Amino acid sequence: MTMSRKVGVRARRHIVNGIIYIFLTILSIIWIFPFVYIFVQSIRGDTTGIALTFFPEGFNYTLNNYVNLFTDHLYSFGTWYANTLIIALMTTVVQTILVLMTAYTLSRLRFKGRKGIMKLMLILGMFPGFLGMICIYRILQAAGLQSSVFGLFLVYIAGSAMNYYISKGFFDTIPRSLDEAALIDGANRNTVFWKIIIPLSKPIVVYTVLTAFLAPWGDFMMASYLVGRGAQTSYTVAIGLRQFVQPTLAASYFTRFCAGGIFVSIPIVILFFFLQRYYVEGVTGGAVKG
Amino acid sequence: MTDLNYLGLSKPRKLMYRTKRGFRNSGKAIKKFFRSIPTKISEIFHKFISSFSVVGDAMLYGDWKTKLSFIIFGFGNISRGQLLRGFLFLVYEIVFILYMVFFGGGYLAKFGTLGTVTTITDENGFVIPGDDSFNILLYSVMTILVIGCTLYVWFQSIKQAYSVQEMTEINKKLSKGRDDLINLGNRYYHTTLLALPMFGLVCFTIIPLIFMIFVAFTNYNTQHLPPERLFTWVGFENFGTVLNGGGIGGGNSARFTYTFWALLGWTLLWAVLATFTNFIIGMVIAVVINKKGLKLKKFWRTILVITIAVPQFVSLLLMNKMLQDNGIYNQLLMAMGLEPIGFLTDPIIAKITVVVVNLWIGVPYTVLSSTGILMNIPDDLYEAAKIDGANPYRMFTSITLPYMLFVMTPSLITTFVGNINNFNIIYLLTGGGPKLDPNMMSSAGQTDLLITWLYNLTVTEQSYDMASVIGILIFIICAVFSLIFYSRSNSLKNEEDFQ
Repeated sequence: MTMSRKVGVRARRHIVNGIIYIFLTILSIIWIFPFVYIFVQSIRGDTTGIALTFFPEGFNYTLNNYVNLFTDHLYSFGTWYANTLIIALMTTVVQTILVLMTAYTLSRLRFKGRKGIMKLMLILGMFPGFLGMICIYRILQAAGLQSSVFGLFLVYIAGSAMNYYISKGFFDTIPRSLDEAALIDGANRNTVFWKIIIPLSKPIVVYTVLTAFLAPWGDFMMASYLVGRGAQTSYTVAIGLRQFVQPTLAASYFTRFCAGGIFVSIPIVILFFFLQRYYVEGVTGGAVKG
Repeated sequence: MTDLNYLGLSKPRKLMYRTKRGFRNSGKAIKKFFRSIPTKISEIFHKFISSFSVVGDAMLYGDWKTKLSFIIFGFGNISRGQLLRGFLFLVYEIVFILYMVFFGGGYLAKFGTLGTVTTITDENGFVIPGDDSFNILLYSVMTILVIGCTLYVWFQSIKQAYSVQEMTEINKKLSKGRDDLINLGNRYYHTTLLALPMFGLVCFTIIPLIFMIFVAFTNYNTQHLPPERLFTWVGFENFGTVLNGGGIGGGNSARFTYTFWALLGWTLLWAVLATFTNFIIGMVIAVVINKKGLKLKKFWRTILVITIAVPQFVSLLLMNKMLQDNGIYNQLLMAMGLEPIGFLTDPIIAKITVVVVNLWIGVPYTVLSSTGILMNIPDDLYEAAKIDGANPYRMFTSITLPYMLFVMTPSLITTFVGNINNFNIIYLLTGGGPKLDPNMMSSAGQTDLLITWLYNLTVTEQSYDMASVIGILIFIICAVFSLIFYSRSNSLKNEEDFQ
C-alpha cells in the first residue's frame, strides 16, 4: 500500500517535471530563434534581399559582411561604433559619479529643500524625455555643439541626477552609525562618502555603471534627433544600423545589418558576463526599499 | 479585523493583509490627497510669508550696514569682516545687473508679444535681422529663472547681514572664509555634491521643459517658423484642438481630436497589457525555473538572459524584418502549409504582435529580477501551506503572487509609466503602422502611442505647438497614475515587517 503510493507520487513528479522540461525547451526555442536567425544571416554569402529561407540555399557562408562593415567608406560602421563607444564610456564614468553623488546626498545628508528636490525630480521624470528636444537642440546650437558627439554626451549626462532612486534605496540600507563613527573620529563628510560608503556599495556601483552604459549604447530616440540629421561621421550605431534596414537599402544591406547587430552586442555580453550577479543584486536590493 | 487580530498575525500574513488593504484603500487615499491640497497650499504660503519676516526684522531693527545690504548684496558681510561671502554676493549682483542690461532684459521686454519685427531680405539682398520668437521665449524663460534665483540671493544677503549684525552684538565669532571653504566638505557638503547634477538638470531638463510648456500656448508650427514668420500667444486654443476639435476649427482639428482619443485609448490599453503580461508571465517562468528538483536551472536562465545582450533597437529592427508579410515567420508558416499572417499590416493583429514582441523583450528582465526576490520568500510559508493542504496553484496565488506584488509594485509602476512612453518598440517595430484608419491624421498610425505621435509631430510635421500639448497631456496621465500609486504605497511604507 505505502509502497505503491510512493511510486505514484514519484511518477507524478516525473510527469510534472517532464512537462516543465518540454515547456522550457519550447520557450528557449522561441527566445533563441531570432538570434540564431540574425547570426545565420550575418554570415550569409548571398547578400541580396532578405532571405526567404532560414538557412541560405546551398552551403554559402562568408565573413565578408563583417569585413565590409569596416571597409566600406560610404557607410563607415567603424566610425559609428567608435562614436558610440566613446559616448557610452564617457557617459558611464560621469553619470555614475553624478548619480552616486545625488543618491548619497539625498539619502544621508539632511538639509533644507531635500524633499523638494526629490519631488521636483519625480515630477520632471513624468514628462516625456523627448518633449524638450527642440529646445535642447537650440541650446546645443547656441554652443556650437549641434549634431556632434560631444553634444549628445552632454545631453545624456545632464539628466543623470534623475536616476538616483535605486542607489538611494541602497544607501538607505547602510547603517548610519558607520557615518557617525567616522565623523566622531574626525573624518569629514567628503571622506565618509568616498572612503567608507562607496567601497561598501560595490553592487550598486556596478549596477549604476551597467545602466549608465546601456542607456546611451542602445538609445535611438535622442540620438536620431540630435545627431541623426547631421553628417554621417557623428552617427551612433543605432542611427547607422537603422539606415541599413530602411526600404531603400534593406535589399542589399540586410546581411550587413545583421553583422553589425552582432558587433553591437559584444560589449553588452562582456559586461553581463562579469557583472550579472551585481545587476540582480542591484535590482532587488535597491528596489525593495522606498 | 481588529487591531488585536492584526497583532496576532505572523509577519508574512501581516504583510499580505496590509498589501490587500492598501489596494482596497487606494480610492480613499486619492480623495484624501485631493482634499489635502488646499491645506497644503496654505501651509506652503504661510511658510513662505513667515520666512520673509526676517526681511521685516532686518528693515526695523537692522543698523545702516544691514539696511545697505538691501541694495548692495553682501555689504553687511563685507563690512563686518566676512569677506569671502560678502564678495560672492556682490559679484553675483554685478553679474546679474550686467546680464539684465545687456542680455536678459531686452528679451524679457518682448515676452508679451514674442517679437513683432520679422526678418526680411530687402531688394539688394541684404538681410535685415528682426526678432526671433524662439530666442525671445527661450531667453525669457532663462531670465525668469535667473530673476527667481536673484530674489533668493537677495533674501539670503539680507538674512545673513542681519544675523551677522546680531552675532557681532553678542560678540560671537564669525566664520571666516577659510572655515566656509572647509565646510564645503562637511556642513555644506550637500551643496558641493548637488551643484553639478542640479546644474545639468536645470540647463537640459528644466529650462527646455518650461520652454515647451509655454510653446503649448503659442502657434509655433510649420506655418510660423521664426525668424521669417514669427509665432505668438494663442492661449488655450491648442488644447481645444486636441481635446475638442469639433468646437473650434472643425475639419482638420476634428481629425486631430479623433486621432488623439484613439491613440490615448491604445496607449493606456498597451501600457496595462504590456506591464501585466510581462509581470505575470515573467514571474511564472521564474517560478517554474526555480522549482525544486529541476535540473539545468542556470542553463534556462542563461538562455533568457542572452537576449538582453542584443540591444533593443537591433532586436526590434530585426523583428520588424522577420514579421513582414514575406518575412521569415510567414515563410515558415507557408512552408508548414498555413496561411500567412499580416503581423504588421492588420490593425488588430499588429497590436497583438506589439504586445507579444514586448513580452519577448521584457520577460528576461522580469525573470532576472524576480528570481532574486523569489529566493527571499521564507520556506516555512510554503511548508505551512503544504501542511494545510494547499495545492501548488493555491500556493502561487496566496503566497508567491502577493509577496511579489508587494516587492515589485514600485518597479511595476515605473514600468507602467515607462510603457506609456515606450518609444522604441513602436517606432522601430511597426513604425506606427498600419495606417488604414481614414479618420486619423496622416502623422499617426494605428499602433502609434502618444509618444511616437509626439515624435512624428516634432520631427516630420514641425507642429511644435501640438507636440507640446500632447507632451503636457502625457505628463498629466503619468502624474495621475503615479499619484494613485504613491498615495497607495504610503499605507505600505512601514517596511519593518518586511525586513
